[in-house]
Amino acid sequence: MINQLKELEKIATEVRQTLLLNIVRAGAGHTGGSLSSVDILVALYFHAMKIDPEHPEWEERDRFILSKGHSVESYHAVLHKRGFFNQELLDSYGQFNSLLAGHPTRKVPGIEVNSGALGHGLSVGVGMALAAKRSRAAYTTYVLTGDGEHGEGSLMEAATAAGHYKLDKLVSIVDRNGLQISGHTEDIMAIENLEAKYRACGWSVKECNGNQMQSLIETLQAIPFEPAKPSLIIAHTTKGKGVSFMEDRANWHHKVPSEAELKQAMKELKQV
Amino acid sequence: MMKAIIPCRKAITDTLLNQGRLNKEIFVVTSDARGSVTLEEFAKELPEQFVEVGIAEQNAVGIGAGLALCGKNVFVCGPASFYSARSLEQIKVDVAYSQTNVKIIGVSGGLSYGALGATHHSLHDIAVMRTFPGLNVYLPSDRFQAAWLTRHLCNLDESAYVRVGRNAVPDIYDENDNFVPGKAKILRRGTDVAIIASGETVYHALQASILLKKEKISSSVIDMHTLKPIDKEAIIAAAQSTKCMITVEEHSVFGGLGAAVAEITAQHCPTRLKILGIPDENVVHGTSPEVFAYYGLNEQGICKHVIDLLSK
Repeated sequence: MINQLKELEKIATEVRQTLLLNIVRAGAGHTGGSLSSVDILVALYFHAMKIDPEHPEWEERDRFILSKGHSVESYHAVLHKRGFFNQELLDSYGQFNSLLAGHPTRKVPGIEVNSGALGHGLSVGVGMALAAKRSRAAYTTYVLTGDGEHGEGSLMEAATAAGHYKLDKLVSIVDRNGLQISGHTEDIMAIENLEAKYRACGWSVKECNGNQMQSLIETLQAIPFEPAKPSLIIAHTTKGKGVSFMEDRANWHHKVPSEAELKQAMKELKQV
Repeated sequence: MMKAIIPCRKAITDTLLNQGRLNKEIFVVTSDARGSVTLEEFAKELPEQFVEVGIAEQNAVGIGAGLALCGKNVFVCGPASFYSARSLEQIKVDVAYSQTNVKIIGVSGGLSYGALGATHHSLHDIAVMRTFPGLNVYLPSDRFQAAWLTRHLCNLDESAYVRVGRNAVPDIYDENDNFVPGKAKILRRGTDVAIIASGETVYHALQASILLKKEKISSSVIDMHTLKPIDKEAIIAAAQSTKCMITVEEHSVFGGLGAAVAEITAQHCPTRLKILGIPDENVVHGTSPEVFAYYGLNEQGICKHVIDLLSK
């Protein structure tokens, strides 16, 4: 577990560089949403979660599900950085028959479930948290969802069940970057009031700055926010975070940087 | 053959209760369907192994996958019509693609809810389920086979889809019969025609075979309880020992048992084949036996189609 904010921030910057290099090498990827979620993943994997990269299937580990599976490039980069797999595997991204697909799969050490179709992860997380509760196991289950993903009604089915079963070892984090592929979430199909929706389902809700390590760490340390309630973190983020010309632009959802853009992006990230 | 007493769904839930008492990792998930599945006893006696999700099939399958990923042997139970459509993507991704130890038990399948209309029918389920890699598909034909299959699945880490009907079907087997997953059960051997059936149509196929004997037509009857992986050897052997084949299914004529058999015969042992099932139309309104009779899926219908086939 790393407690130094500066160190966590440094890791986040390195992860951003790695994921951009991987996207350019593969010629494909979800750039904007990967960049917005980096700090959340780093805070979880390097600070909050009880895990052992040497033993990815350790029974008492905390569980994580990337419900917004398209942000796989940041996920792969974080798992690699945390030591779940080596550089050779990371570099194989985008190659024929690589273990690393364009969305998460269980074949990759550290990944719990295949995802990519939106609106699935929270239900799977409810199942994991319910298994822990019924087995009196101590692990916490974390799920990262997208804000655009909240168009999928199945998320509310899962939220309802989590509240019903009082799953206080279930934590859902919304990467609230405000954008989905076609534009602003509130223009495409308004999802607000998210906090009220989850509270109505029996959740305890906190908001934080999802691109600021201190804000993330303080919020994660407060879990469970209330006894006998699942915890929702609305993490306000910026899509494309860290690269000036990608920030808050819907068209960087899955745009691949050119060589010149990559060079500029890496330069900006080095200055952090 | 004895009179119908216990529906397959009850045989499944009785077995789940017995197995659940012995193995605390067996979990049952349902979606406000404990009555129609017959899970009241399980819910009452093993509440810690029972998960109710309300009317939310997508959530039921996702939760089932999550439980399975944490070591549970999960049976998600509810009407086949809803599980094979509403939660199809969860079955595709969270069960089949993720290779989780989840068994989908689709009850009241096919035309069981006859008069309730197409919303409650599942005549497409075999077609879609058998295309998902790693998902095995079973249609037990009576209560003994349903109980065997459940015991088998309780001891196995695999993804599966099981479809059974709502009403009790006459016994075909008894408690001494043995089955092997993926191996068809040959009920009668004949030389003119092979009748291949699955689930509830197996009984009708057997009755048809008896009627055909009176017409001096010798027929094989094959219970294809495992639709996937299908018993290729049994199909080839049946094709080679008869003049023609007929498949009988409570399913669309597209993509189900008939298609699965045709995939084998067309490639390995071409033979004349009639696929008897529900044609490409909205099903006529009626009770399950009425609809069976209308589409020729009962013994008289099967006989008529066999005689037509042999006369060509």
